[in-house]
Amino acid sequence: MSSLTEKDSPVVQLLMNTGTCPRCILRFCCVGSQVIYRRPYKDLMKDLKEFLKNNEEKEVTICFDEVDPPCKRIRLEHTEEGRDDLNHNGALQQIPSANDDDTAMKNSIVKICNVCLGILQEFCEADFVKKVCQKVKSADYQFTSFVFSVSLPPQLSVRERAAWLLVKQEMGKLGLSLAKDDIVQLKEAYKWIIHPQFLFEVSVVFAHPETEEECRFLATACPDCFKPAKNKQSVFTRMAVIKALEKIKEEDFLKHFPCPPSSPKNLCVALEIQCNNGAIFVAGRYNKYSRNLPQTPWIIDGERKLESSVEELISEHLMAAFKADSFNFSSSGREDVDVRTLGNGRPFAIELVNPRRIHFTAEEMKGLQQTINNSSDKIQVRDLQLVTREAIGRMKEGEEEKTKTYSALVWTDEAIQKEDIAFLDDIKELKLDQKTPLRVLHRRPLAVRCRIIHTMKCEYIDEHHFRLHLKTQAGTY
Amino acid sequence: FSQLQHNNYVSCCRICVITLAEAHPLLQNGKTITSINYQISANCSRLQNKVSGKSKRGAQFLTELAPLCRISSSDGEEYTIYSCIRGRLIEVNENILSNPVLLQEKPSTEGYIAVVLPKFEESKSVTQGLLTQEEYEEVLSKR
Repeated sequence: MSSLTEKDSPVVQLLMNTGTCPRCILRFCCVGSQVIYRRPYKDLMKDLKEFLKNNEEKEVTICFDEVDPPCKRIRLEHTEEGRDDLNHNGALQQIPSANDDDTAMKNSIVKICNVCLGILQEFCEADFVKKVCQKVKSADYQFTSFVFSVSLPPQLSVRERAAWLLVKQEMGKLGLSLAKDDIVQLKEAYKWIIHPQFLFEVSVVFAHPETEEECRFLATACPDCFKPAKNKQSVFTRMAVIKALEKIKEEDFLKHFPCPPSSPKNLCVALEIQCNNGAIFVAGRYNKYSRNLPQTPWIIDGERKLESSVEELISEHLMAAFKADSFNFSSSGREDVDVRTLGNGRPFAIELVNPRRIHFTAEEMKGLQQTINNSSDKIQVRDLQLVTREAIGRMKEGEEEKTKTYSALVWTDEAIQKEDIAFLDDIKELKLDQKTPLRVLHRRPLAVRCRIIHTMKCEYIDEHHFRLHLKTQAGTY
Repeated sequence: FSQLQHNNYVSCCRICVITLAEAHPLLQNGKTITSINYQISANCSRLQNKVSGKSKRGAQFLTELAPLCRISSSDGEEYTIYSCIRGRLIEVNENILSNPVLLQEKPSTEGYIAVVLPKFEESKSVTQGLLTQEEYEEVLSKR
């Protein structure tokens, strides 16, 4: 349904009387056309009033055109609103000041909606949107697509329920039914209005301190929905409130909560406007040429034991280029501080958290790789590229499943000849039962792990030296 | 005196290996080990020590004077080896049960007695309570 018909008239009248804003009224009348919600607040208010007037006089179907019809500017008349200030439970209503009678649109005080607490009113206006856009611009992000996420205070679910019960009752009088799912969701309507004005992920968190206590009655009605708060400040989380609303019986709800919901004195407050970009993944292979470089920073008791680390040497330049908040370094296995990484290099990946820049061409990546390689002779990087999150999983698979190749220079006390070590070449699939080495015993469980050395090849050097090449199972100490 | 009979090797990661000190009688010429017993009391055998997980839960906790094992030699002497440090017993060396000579031939490596992990908070004080090689030799020379 994208238009209001005469049968909506009693509902519109009722909601208008009890302090509900035009957009919420449209929601409860299941108006599904996004464009309508984007029309200016005052136009919507005016049109609804006209709709009501017309329905009083005669039975006419009013359609809301997609294109704004030329309209007469009508001032919001305070006296008219004052008369409509019927309130079923005697709570205080906000009475607009009578002094503003003479001024036009700019000064008209709008009653804060008793259902959305101003979110579909004030927070759809250009001013607020501008504020959010400014925040985004100042954070200096580069992006293509976005997600707009909105966090609403939980008591809105309670007020929505109360309004629905009210509307359901009214429609019941006409012999009509209204399913909860037919009503347009508040969050959805809000996004319809705001979305076209945005790009990228913006999250807005709203709060309404004045009505924060409204959820309390749910705790006594449905105690098992609310778990004691650990770190969170409030037990009344959105999810818990929604769960409780699903459980509570209609009669119980009406006993504890005013229906229609009371008109609030204050607007919602926009607590947080946050910008966030999805994480970006950069992968490659690194070679380590230093025998004095740990993979991750080596710090004991706040004291750095060795200067720098593989992770820092690589990520330093990536953090600068992508302008990220932080990073997570991972690799397919590790090597000791005093071990070199040769050959093609060890696969690694860096997750850059909340990057400001996300677009890099292959050329730019090559340039970044060169910068890293020029900055240090301890490590070198190759095949630097942007990858997806799945790639990290594949790389980690390597840790368990792949084989590792090592080369060790061996010194012997006894003098040896070539023939003495030849037998090593013939050993295949040698099973080892390895106890946890002492050097890691403080941070690994004591266990015996079965590991296999697949092949070995030795290279005789002299009577006391030979080089041993090994191909082992992943995870061999 | 008991401190000088044992040797503690502490790696930079807090793990301690208990071994016989150079000057221990058992390492002097002429001694033959007849038995090594990890059953130190009716209820406690070091062989039953079982640890699990990173934090080595289930480990027998040792104080300085906790006996690790008793070693008998052919000349009728019995020596008790004490832990000398506080910490969790990770394991005792079972290889020396089947091959006691190992204890005498390679006392600082394969012939170790036990592996102990001190509590994180106590690891510094444990290390400080030990003697360096030089300090040890000085003590010996004064005997």
